[in-house]
Amino acid sequence: MKENIINSIKRSAIWLVLLLLVIFFTIANHRFLSMNNLFLVARQVSMYGIASIGMTFVILIAGIDLSIGTIITIVNVVCAYLMVKLGFGMVEAVLVSVLMATAIGALNGFLVSTIGIPAIIATFATQTVFSGAAYLISGGIPIFGFDPRFKVIGQGYLGPVPVPVLIMAACFIVGAFILNKTYFGRYFYAVGGNEEAAELSGIRVGRIKYLIYSLSGFFAGLAGIVMLSRTNSAQPTAGLGYEFDVITCVVLGGVSIMGGLGKISGVIAGVLIIGILTNGMVLLNVSSYTQMIIKGLVLIFAVGFDTIQKKNSVA
Amino acid sequence: MSEDYVLQLKNIRKEYPGVVALKDVTLEVKKGEILGLIGENGAGKSTLIKTCSGAVIPTSGKIIVNGKEFSEMTPQLAKENGIAIIYQEFNNVGELSAAENLFLGDPIRKGIVIDRKAMEQEAAKAFEQLNIKIDPKTLVKHLTVGYQQMIEIAKAIHQDAKVLIMDEPSAPLTNAEVQSLYNVCELLKSKGVSIVYISHRLEEIFHLTSRIVVLRDGNYIDTLITADSHVDELIKLMVGRELKEAFPPRPLFDYEKNTEVVFEAKNVTGNGDRDVNIQIRKGEVLGLGGLVGAGRTELAQMIFGDVQKTEGQFIFKGKEINPKSPREAIDLGIALVPEDRKRHGALLGVSVKNNINMPIYKTISKLAFIDTAREAATTEKYRKELLIKTPTIQQNVKNLSGGNQQKVILGKWLAANSELIILDEPTRGIDVGAKFEIYKLINQLVEIGKTVLLISSEMEELIGMSDRIVVFAEGRITGELKKEEFEQHLILKMASDIQED
Ligand SMILES: Nc1ncnc2c1ncn2[C@@H]1O[C@H](COP(=O)(O)OP(=O)(O)OP(=O)(O)O)[C@@H](O)[C@H]1O
Ligand SMILES: [Mg+2]
Repeated sequence: MKENIINSIKRSAIWLVLLLLVIFFTIANHRFLSMNNLFLVARQVSMYGIASIGMTFVILIAGIDLSIGTIITIVNVVCAYLMVKLGFGMVEAVLVSVLMATAIGALNGFLVSTIGIPAIIATFATQTVFSGAAYLISGGIPIFGFDPRFKVIGQGYLGPVPVPVLIMAACFIVGAFILNKTYFGRYFYAVGGNEEAAELSGIRVGRIKYLIYSLSGFFAGLAGIVMLSRTNSAQPTAGLGYEFDVITCVVLGGVSIMGGLGKISGVIAGVLIIGILTNGMVLLNVSSYTQMIIKGLVLIFAVGFDTIQKKNSVA
Repeated sequence: MSEDYVLQLKNIRKEYPGVVALKDVTLEVKKGEILGLIGENGAGKSTLIKTCSGAVIPTSGKIIVNGKEFSEMTPQLAKENGIAIIYQEFNNVGELSAAENLFLGDPIRKGIVIDRKAMEQEAAKAFEQLNIKIDPKTLVKHLTVGYQQMIEIAKAIHQDAKVLIMDEPSAPLTNAEVQSLYNVCELLKSKGVSIVYISHRLEEIFHLTSRIVVLRDGNYIDTLITADSHVDELIKLMVGRELKEAFPPRPLFDYEKNTEVVFEAKNVTGNGDRDVNIQIRKGEVLGLGGLVGAGRTELAQMIFGDVQKTEGQFIFKGKEINPKSPREAIDLGIALVPEDRKRHGALLGVSVKNNINMPIYKTISKLAFIDTAREAATTEKYRKELLIKTPTIQQNVKNLSGGNQQKVILGKWLAANSELIILDEPTRGIDVGAKFEIYKLINQLVEIGKTVLLISSEMEELIGMSDRIVVFAEGRITGELKKEEFEQHLILKMASDIQED
């Protein structure tokens, strides 16, 4: 009973924070609450949103994936390379590079599950390896000159709604579907909540880990494609530091770093908070260094909240 | 006649680095029988039954299920062959609902989509069959341990288990819950399910089983027909020697002579308790009786600074104290041996030596350097006194048997050399031999002038060990008994003194 109240406060707390942010920026800057600006925010966060699905799964099983920034980068570089240097068609290039992203995720799964390297080390290692690879492939310089139709993914509109926002929305729906409706989605909670119990109940925990890290790679890959289309040129540092923002979104959204607890709806709020915060601060001309400080503080706040809440529910 | 047996474990051997947990043990289960499995802490009971699910892979030996022979099992194989195990440490997922836990690893689904409605309906049916009232939608972490265990049993039945193995199922249960466990066991037996029942409580073994297998030190000792055996005989087989009395003798506490009050709680309210008043004299063993959940552990948590009281006073050695954290309480000279060893007690990933010395590292260090000789000596002392079964003091606590983990925690707090020692269910899950040693230790403690607050739900232990008993019900004190007034039915009456409001 008491826990239910704490939980519901916690769940609504994040939406409350979101509301307060909106009110604050609306008062502070008249341009904030325009339709245009709101779609801009949604478009800006779309890549975080897409990548956050995979990260949510990973954190649900008390793991972490530090490699997604690099995956975004290498997808940018490889997809561009295929299209520009090797003359691949748009669709083929996208398919191949997203498949590659998924394979890198599966590699993480192999390292974590089969070899047994702690997730933080394993994904840190792949991060390093593939960011080096991205430099080698691109030669350290941007690649550009794509088929003009490629722009649609990141810059197009369907009616008033930007295409990347639609992609993000679709991803959220798929994510929520997986977690709530599919049997393997429920296994994620079981593995995160009590790995030993899951294993002894006949759940093949190893396979679940493969699946989760592969999905994390897949969603990061999608985010990479959206980014490439938006910037219309592949930078060898495109996804630098992305994992940090995505982890912030997920943790802010109430997914427990200890595993077993979290929902997509919370993550959506987390993503929106980061988006609005960034956008609002830009509108208010907050320097990018101050922005970093504020985002760091937000992360501390989010994890602190999670930890304190856990403590209370144990006592 | 091997066809009579539904499950046979033959010549099982299990080696761990430095330990042989099982040496050539054979166990055979007949159809529809309840078979007792007993032995001291570390005898190998849990290890043996874990071979049935593949949680432990035997070094050698055979597992025969319904005539089919396996050299090792997996959780999937166990399930397919109708074997279900309820482990000593429960195995459910707190964040999932009762229904989902019932179907853990095997949900009802259409394609990849789970069918939550159907699972909830099926779960409701399964619970009803067992006469248990659980809403299938409740998250398991909100359920009492008793119910959590019932879910495990329901799960086993639902998987159509032919053999149900239970590892100390009654240890965390209240008396009423044990009663419903009995009922469920009888029900299953009547349906032809075989049960292997592990327990340190011999009265349960006598009540339920038809045959008893005894292990000692990883060796198979004997199989007895329950109806033809006697408690003393069982104890002798388990311990390997005779235990004459249940409680070591201690001189009567002289209330005339020993008038110094060490600890006092005055009108303490908080953490679910209301208006608690107790006084404990130096050198006394004060027993706290009551049903599980009566508010005794809650009082202990407040004294130990783990949870803050909202009203009232604690007076310790003549001064008012207000411990804000366990650290402060420890520094004041108060120790608490908690009841839930997994959650509050042992550092599982750390060695026996580190665990025992943890609270005293500061005192046995010069500058920041640990006096390793003292560290080892303290560890050895408690290892001997508490009969902790471990190959070396470097062994990780998670590799010890359940009961031995409990002893390590006990040793840790005894080493802390505190004035007031609160023992919360100190002998739960501990074998008869070691129980006796713990009682002896309690006697030694009060002999050298320490004071003990003993929380116990085991009536005999409470009566046998206390100088005085205070009884709790629903967060308040409902009675107090002097040694000459101790009587089981009186305590029970006070413990069930429930106010209606
Ligand atoms: N993973 C492991 N590594 C090393 N030794 C182990 C491991 N697991 C168990 N042991 C040892 O095997 C022996 C048997 O342990 P087991 O848990 O089977 O005892 P038990 O009879 O169930 O005792 P209890 O009544 O205390 O639960 C113990 O000496 C224990 O220390
Ligand atoms: Mg055991």
